[in-house]
Amino acid sequence: MVAYIIRRLIGSVILLFVVTAVTFAIFFLLPRLAGATADDIASRYAGKSASPEQIHAIAVRLGFDQPLYEQYWQFAKGIVVGRDVQLGNTVDHCPAPCLGYSYIDQRPVLPTVLDRLPVTVSLAFGAGIIWLLSGVATGVLSALKRGSIFDRLAMGTALGGVSLPIFFTGQLCLLIFSYTLGWTAHGGEYTPITENPGRWAYDLILPWITLAFLYAAAYARLTRAGMLETMSEDFIRTARAKGLPERTVVTRHGLRAALTPIATIFGLDIGLLLGGAVLTESTFSLNGLGKLSIDSVTSQDLPKVLGVVLFVAGFVVIANLVVDILYTVIDPRVRL
Amino acid sequence: MTDQTDPLAAPSPLEAQAYPDTSAAILTAEHQFLDVRDLRVHFDTDDGRVKSVDGLSFQLQRGKTLGIVGESGSGKSVTSLAIMGLHKGGNARISGEIWLDGKELVSASAEEVRKLRGKNMAMIFQDPLSAMHPFYTVGQQIIEAYRIHHNVTKAAARKHAVEMLDRVGIPQPDRRVNDYPHQFSGGMRQRAMIAMALSCDPELLIADEPTTALDVTVQAQILDLIRDLQQEFNSAVVIITHDLGVVAELADNIMVMYAGRQVEYGSAEHIFREPQHPYTWGLLGSMPRLDRVRSERLLPIKGSPPSLINVPDGCAFNPRCDYCELTGGLSTTEVPSLVEVTRGHTVACHLTQQDRTRIWENDIKPTL
Repeated sequence: MVAYIIRRLIGSVILLFVVTAVTFAIFFLLPRLAGATADDIASRYAGKSASPEQIHAIAVRLGFDQPLYEQYWQFAKGIVVGRDVQLGNTVDHCPAPCLGYSYIDQRPVLPTVLDRLPVTVSLAFGAGIIWLLSGVATGVLSALKRGSIFDRLAMGTALGGVSLPIFFTGQLCLLIFSYTLGWTAHGGEYTPITENPGRWAYDLILPWITLAFLYAAAYARLTRAGMLETMSEDFIRTARAKGLPERTVVTRHGLRAALTPIATIFGLDIGLLLGGAVLTESTFSLNGLGKLSIDSVTSQDLPKVLGVVLFVAGFVVIANLVVDILYTVIDPRVRL
Repeated sequence: MTDQTDPLAAPSPLEAQAYPDTSAAILTAEHQFLDVRDLRVHFDTDDGRVKSVDGLSFQLQRGKTLGIVGESGSGKSVTSLAIMGLHKGGNARISGEIWLDGKELVSASAEEVRKLRGKNMAMIFQDPLSAMHPFYTVGQQIIEAYRIHHNVTKAAARKHAVEMLDRVGIPQPDRRVNDYPHQFSGGMRQRAMIAMALSCDPELLIADEPTTALDVTVQAQILDLIRDLQQEFNSAVVIITHDLGVVAELADNIMVMYAGRQVEYGSAEHIFREPQHPYTWGLLGSMPRLDRVRSERLLPIKGSPPSLINVPDGCAFNPRCDYCELTGGLSTTEVPSLVEVTRGHTVACHLTQQDRTRIWENDIKPTL
């Protein structure tokens, strides 16, 4: 078990290394291959009216004229030990783990990311709990009452939930619940839970529900399919043959087995969402990681994009690891 | 039986009154621990009505073993699930009567039957790996079976579980009780399954193909175990199998089923020494025997079991029967009813007694 975790951690580090290399290549190698020079890349950080000489000076100062492997080495080294960044007359230090330095903000990327993190974490976990509970409950009821009106209605709604994009449902929700009925916040506000938990939930309830609706739909369908399968297993017949009440058969024996794949997918979904729910955050103007990536892309702040991608990749890798370890608890047949 | 067009069209709670001999049935039920009368289990599917069990009657006394034999789809398992009440809440349409120790189960509520399940009647299934929950230890599963019917502490139930595992011959039961089913070997798993089934001392034990998934060497051990435990508990045992070898070991009486009906019933002695039905002959012929010269081939029954949606007219076995011409067409038009050959030995076949004896003595027996 311990050996397995160590093995997986080493594997995760290697994976993250590959992610940095690939991401770095996308942002710095591809433009070169497409014919961009070091000066072209530097021109983004030079302001609109910079002369070619000024641009070239920036390219030299930021190291864009150096070979790519050297640039990658600097970047990778920064993650482990931190690095200094030349900014004209001053030198700024980007402490380890330095995920990059935004020349536009003139500050390291990581603090910006960490600033935005609580919003995204609140959004992801709040929505996660809602969709897990509602999705699984709906799925179980649908499976037990297969073909009933409830089943058809639930699965029809689920189909809608999976098909409708967030920017549609989100805006619809805003229009109805916030602007018309006035029940919820208009979006764009976030109160830390440490400050005022009630306010925190009030600000986030609509984004939670909107995001959860999308996932709950998928989870309901998944749970329904899983329950239908497990409820026809031999061990369910055995449980009934023992004389267990149907409720126990369904929960302790059926749901217990059907939940295994759900747990896996939940871990991965949460991991991905922690990287930012781009559409939800944009729709509700929440300044989370998703919005940060969009903003970085629009402002062509490549180091920031790179940093966010790396951060997200880290979450996904960790979520994967947690799921794998949880699996040994959930399914005793799995030995690590 | 044949004049009833559709006994399931209007199932009513008062159905028992439709049988004039209900009071007699209760009397019989007192003598017969298990008494199944005209049991029909039908399933409505998109393709039509599947008549899995169609008018089945049999009795079983305490301390006796009944073997139910037949091919896949002959209705053996459906019968056992009907006795256990495991069709309740499903899409099965059940009629007839099942008396267990004086209680009628078909008309009983699902909750009433549930309380009997596991306690008064228990079941062993074919493949113990898929029949046990993979996520709970063997101990947890036995404890669960015990505690649902007994108001005891977890510790007491655990002690009982260890005792049961010990009783079915699992070494180091106090340690193995914490193992998961996949950590057991096939034979040990079936022993654990039996321990679970017997944890509440059921008076009726139904074993549905208990040895099919096991090695031959383990099969004999499991059969011995079932026999020993039966003597210890004096329970009634129903063994369901397609393997005549299994019932030869265990059963006092044997019922041969075909297409949801009983085609022959008798003591093990009767069935093996003087079988009457061509289908029973076929089963005997397809049974591998060690004393047979190896060059001789097994004699499989030709054709395949009929669709239970369109059961052949007359005797359901007639398309596969070598002798149905001898009945002058009767086999293709009329369902044969059970007739007594000798005391306690019945057969449903249109062949005359003389024909059957002649064919058995001259054509079949020498080839076995």
